[in-house]
Amino acid sequence: FAGLADVSISEDIPVEGEITVPVGSRSPDDDYSTLDEPVRDTILRDLKAVGKKFVHVMYPKKSSALLRDWDLWGPLVLCVSLALMLQGGSADSKDDGGPQFAEVFVIIWFGAVVITLNSKLLGGTISFFQSLCVLGYCVLPLTMAMLVCRLVLLAGSGTVSFIIRLIVVAAMFGWSTLASTAFLADSQPPNRKALVVYPISLFYFVISWMILTFTPQ
Amino acid sequence: MAAVDDLKFQEFDDAANLLAANPDATTISIDEPVEIPKNQHSRRQETGREEDDELLGTDDSDKTELLAGQKKSAPFWTFEYYQTFFDVDTYQVLDRIKGSVFPVPGKNFVRLYIRSNPDLYGPFWICATLVFTIAVSGNLSNFFIHLGKPTYRYVPEFRKVSIAATTIYAYAWLVPLALWGFLMWRNSKVMNIVSYSFLEIVCVYGYSLFIYIPTAILWIIPQKVVRWVLMIFSLCLSGSVLVMTFWPAVRDDNRRIAVATVATIVLLHALLAVGCLAYFFDAPELDFPAPVIPTYNGTTGVTKSH
Repeated sequence: FAGLADVSISEDIPVEGEITVPVGSRSPDDDYSTLDEPVRDTILRDLKAVGKKFVHVMYPKKSSALLRDWDLWGPLVLCVSLALMLQGGSADSKDDGGPQFAEVFVIIWFGAVVITLNSKLLGGTISFFQSLCVLGYCVLPLTMAMLVCRLVLLAGSGTVSFIIRLIVVAAMFGWSTLASTAFLADSQPPNRKALVVYPISLFYFVISWMILTFTPQ
Repeated sequence: MAAVDDLKFQEFDDAANLLAANPDATTISIDEPVEIPKNQHSRRQETGREEDDELLGTDDSDKTELLAGQKKSAPFWTFEYYQTFFDVDTYQVLDRIKGSVFPVPGKNFVRLYIRSNPDLYGPFWICATLVFTIAVSGNLSNFFIHLGKPTYRYVPEFRKVSIAATTIYAYAWLVPLALWGFLMWRNSKVMNIVSYSFLEIVCVYGYSLFIYIPTAILWIIPQKVVRWVLMIFSLCLSGSVLVMTFWPAVRDDNRRIAVATVATIVLLHALLAVGCLAYFFDAPELDFPAPVIPTYNGTTGVTKSH
């Protein structure tokens, strides 16, 4: 290559070309590209995440998916549907009737916040919203029990229907408590587990009581 | 150089060898500071206290107050400050509940179980459980009492839950506040040996309410005699816990004020029990008019026709 030693570029010729940075690993969130996708994709992705969590609650295994990607859509949908289904059960005077929509809403969310604070104060390692997410999603069995109760009440409201409702609500109460305990128990200090599990069972017991005592007009 | 040899590190012999070489040398021994383990088991203190039946010597109360001061060192706007009030294990909570249900005569609940580690877990969740137990039991008992009557229709009476919550939480927090203020005021006038912090008083009141939970469940039985017997029994148990806790705090005071204070404590406690029984549980065996729902064919309408 001796001939190239004295190659020189004259200054009139512009130097042009392309500089491209080789793209290595993309960022894990990849936020920018989701702006261009159709709205249907965005909604379907969130719906799939919510649906996957519902499945996790129904078959509680110790998976960390529920805890890691928390969201509050599922609890909101469950709470609103439960509060709507508990409507229409009032007596003649407001004082004697069942809980109103706002009361159910406040009980569920305020109860979940108090239980989360309780478990954090006792030394739990779970984050605030993760715990809210788990407690909200585990209301799913009780919402299904409410649905069954309303259907049974359509058929009749005698002793037999009461016994059926009692069995269904009791079973779903047990399922809710076991599901939430399976998800939350690992994050608690070992000698305080009972102190954390008891308020959770009290919370689901109150919701079960509201469902069981629902009497249509 | 000789200076380098002087600067060489000199191995120190074992203390025993040194002492053997020079028995008259002065020795200094440093013990490890006695650390009070955080999770004290209550039984260890109980055996130590059996000779010490009259609560306290002055140094004991000083020590407990010092310990109480050492623990809560985080500033009150941080989360860690409130975590110090939940520093209890399951067996400790169960022990405290047991101590409130089976009061041992002569032993002070605060001294025995709280031990300068007052917690807010017990008072809060016992009150919450009591609220829902009373509301649910009252509802169930009313249902069974009015079951046979033709005009009765079951109502969930949900509004009573909020009333129960207000009453019980107000009792469990405002009465200790008033009592603590009163004791502080008397303390400034008469030098009392015993003084309790506000949280310890809240703790005693919270745990003393535990006996009402099974009592409320048993109140479903629609017999007047049974209900009153149960109420007197639970009142005696929880009242005795309160009396044994607060009598030593006021007995050095003027005798009339001491007796009046203890009597007020017991009276308020009784008032709570009687009030809950009267409001949430309908009287059985009486012709109690069941809530009448106006039927739609207008037989119970109040419109006058000319």
